[in-house]
Amino acid sequence: MTSARRKSYGVKGAPYAFLLPATILFALFFALPIGYAIWLSLHKVQVKGLGLGSGARTEVWAGLENYADALSDSEFLDGALRVLAYGMIVVPVMLGLALVLALMLDSDKVRLAPFTRLAIFLPYAVPGVVAALLWGFLYLPDVSPFFFVLDRLGLPQPDLLDGGGLYVALSNIAVWGGTGFNMIVIYTSLRAIPTEVYEAAKLDGATPLQIALRIKIPMVAPSLVLTFFFSIIATLQVFSEPTTLKPLTNSVSTTWSPLMKVYVDAFGKGDIHGAAAGAVVIALATLVVSFGFLRAANSRNKRDVSQGAAR
Amino acid sequence: MSSLAVRKTAPAAGTTPGTVQGPPLRRRIALVPTLTLLLGALYCLLPVAWVVIAATKSGSELFSTFTFLPGTGFAENLSDLSAYRDGVYWQWMGNSALYAGVGALLSTAVSAISGYALAIYRFRGREAVFSVLMAGVLMPPVILAIPQYLLLAKADLADTYWSVLLPLVLSPYGVYLSRIYAAAAVPADVVEAGRMDGAGEWRIFTRIALPMMVPGLVTVFLFQFVAVWNNFLLPYIMLSDDEKFPITLGLFTLLEQGSNTPALYTLVITGALLAVLPLIALFLVIQRFWSLDLLSGAVKS
Repeated sequence: MTSARRKSYGVKGAPYAFLLPATILFALFFALPIGYAIWLSLHKVQVKGLGLGSGARTEVWAGLENYADALSDSEFLDGALRVLAYGMIVVPVMLGLALVLALMLDSDKVRLAPFTRLAIFLPYAVPGVVAALLWGFLYLPDVSPFFFVLDRLGLPQPDLLDGGGLYVALSNIAVWGGTGFNMIVIYTSLRAIPTEVYEAAKLDGATPLQIALRIKIPMVAPSLVLTFFFSIIATLQVFSEPTTLKPLTNSVSTTWSPLMKVYVDAFGKGDIHGAAAGAVVIALATLVVSFGFLRAANSRNKRDVSQGAAR
Repeated sequence: MSSLAVRKTAPAAGTTPGTVQGPPLRRRIALVPTLTLLLGALYCLLPVAWVVIAATKSGSELFSTFTFLPGTGFAENLSDLSAYRDGVYWQWMGNSALYAGVGALLSTAVSAISGYALAIYRFRGREAVFSVLMAGVLMPPVILAIPQYLLLAKADLADTYWSVLLPLVLSPYGVYLSRIYAAAAVPADVVEAGRMDGAGEWRIFTRIALPMMVPGLVTVFLFQFVAVWNNFLLPYIMLSDDEKFPITLGLFTLLEQGSNTPALYTLVITGALLAVLPLIALFLVIQRFWSLDLLSGAVKS
């Protein structure tokens, strides 16, 4: 302690100096852009006269006008509904699969676990654009092996690039890409459970299924909540997959997801103020949904704990 | 698609619970997990297997032969791809390697020093700084990317290599992982012993703590390398000069043009295969001395 006191100035200053790079980067690339986006969303361009010459276009206070526009834009709202429907498929299916596979990896005497673990994780290393591209080709009846098989069997061929099929097609790409990573996260926390915890259950003759449902799943609940939380955030921001499928089908419009609409507003129409308002709305909606989920999950956990204590 | 893969092999899985008389109880149970995992692996490997085979087909074979039958055109596809617009494809690959390599290195350095500071020192505002940095995880990239572009354009940095590199250097997840690894791997008394010996704080960090943190930092590097390599939104917004495109954006523009000219399909497919090989190779090589579990912040005891 005495030596630390003697050099107290260096020791005291060090953490601040060490955190300086992160702080500067945070200010420049997180705080400033967010502040700027909010500022932009509250302003609009006012054109004087013909809008030519310097000073003819000025930015004036717009209040919540841009937000009112964004929220009353039917294309934006339709996009939000599409993404919501997509998310309702992707998140439960992806995490359900991840949980089941993690439990299987964690079970006794499973064969080929290292190989299958790596194979299932592999899509994580494939960029979303390439994943969408690969599946996009597999959805094309001309080149897809599935359609070849369906054709030979004389079964009807679904159109995966239109209507309801499109949701299945897009969801499948996200599930394929995200299951492995989430499986690893859940599996890691499964392995952190001390084995003594289920030794007793085993001695009592509990089946692996009972152990999984009654012991393992409740014990990894925190990491399940976390994977849900981050999956919701990622899913509501979907951009590259539908953008990549767009060249392969006419049914993905340039404004399929709200994020794509924001991109078109900003760079297609040059309406950066409207785009900023759209981006802020998406960000807020994402935070409301994800934190709403976290809150619901936590209150449920607490209730379970207090019930357990009462027993 | 997954349901189809399941259906094809479902009879095999269905018969296993029925074979009651044969194997002893414990072995019989292990079959279900093993088969489930194999099905999962099959589902995950299928598109990769498809692209490996499709890349060997010439343009006419792609539409005429059975999809899982290898073709004869791989060498030709490769030379076509290399010749496409004077080898712009390899330029994209090089750009991706640069963005991901340099970006991940810088990111790991910032994460290491920040995570170390947050784990080792007790100082006023520590938890506040940590919470603010973590809030960055929650910020949807969209609310960042567009104003980042506008601000970088004001600084004349839009459409440069910097515009794709710099916004990704600070990785909240990297800081979070580094903090966990530093707390677990660097004992407080080692730091204190360094101070007793008269070493400065910077020296203690670089000479003593950093080597102890290496396994964790490899994870941060990999995570960030993949994040940058796979990124699409940021370069899509930042770049307009296709000489600076990373591979994701390059392939996308190739596909956009290819939708009008099916002759470009073979180029897109071959390009997609080559684009995933580096990362897959990286993971296969690295998993010999690195565990996947580290990715979710697991700390080995």
